Amino acid sequence: MGPGIPWYLAISAILFSIGVAGVLLRRSPLIVLLSLEIMLNASNLAFVGFSRLFGEMDGQIFALAVMAVAAAEVCVGLGLIVAMARRNLPLDVDSLTELRG
Amino acid sequence: MGNVLVWLVWLVAAAACVGTGLRVITASNPFSSALSLIGNLASLAVLFLLASGEFVAAAQVLVYAGAVMVMFLFVIAYLGGRADAPWAGGTRAIQTASVVATASLLAVVFVALMLNADGRLSDEAAITGAFGSPAAIGELFLTDHLLAFEITSIVLLVAAVGGVVLGMRSADEEEGAES
Repeated sequence: MGPGIPWYLAISAILFSIGVAGVLLRRSPLIVLLSLEIMLNASNLAFVGFSRLFGEMDGQIFALAVMAVAAAEVCVGLGLIVAMARRNLPLDVDSLTELRG
Repeated sequence: MGNVLVWLVWLVAAAACVGTGLRVITASNPFSSALSLIGNLASLAVLFLLASGEFVAAAQVLVYAGAVMVMFLFVIAYLGGRADAPWAGGTRAIQTASVVATASLLAVVFVALMLNADGRLSDEAAITGAFGSPAAIGELFLTDHLLAFEITSIVLLVAAVGGVVLGMRSADEEEGAES
């Protein structure tokens, strides 16, 4: 037997925290998107780990659904970044404050 | 002997996961960030394999490390030097608060795992060889999870339309961009 499920969950938690730190600390929208991907994949690892623990494949189905949603999110996010670059807006999430109420 | 080998592969993959993940958020060059994320996704695929998620691992490499990351690299190449961004935002207090928030999130998850686990996380269910195979996944998708499958296709279609709409040139941009 290899490592048990708690080890998978620990790696999943560490990866999720790395993603959170990236979203909170970095200013480039590109890096924020990459950090979001890390967080989504950390949740995928937890899904696959629990799927193995309970012997049910529904967790893997959910992981695949998360993958599809992540692809959609990257499509829209990168579209936004390219639109920002073409309008000569600064690529800096701290200076994009037009939507502030 | 087989045990040691599985542990070894697992530890290498996990260390690669965490290392490349840290590199993604610390690199100042977005290109090396994206390349590190490819390594991160590939080592995650190894972890999926070790947890009997064969099809998920294959899809991870194909969809993520293949398609999504190529899109990322194209956009970074398109942006060129403009993609190089300042490392951290906000004042020193905000940065410290971010790090503390992240560390406490991690601590809360670990404490919750250790308090509530007591044995329940260690008795893994017995599985057959078909667990996680493409045939079994496909059957589940077309029977129990048909609605999720169809909704996923609609989500992808909406995202594709949204990408096209965001990419269209608008009138106000036409006068500003040429200057």
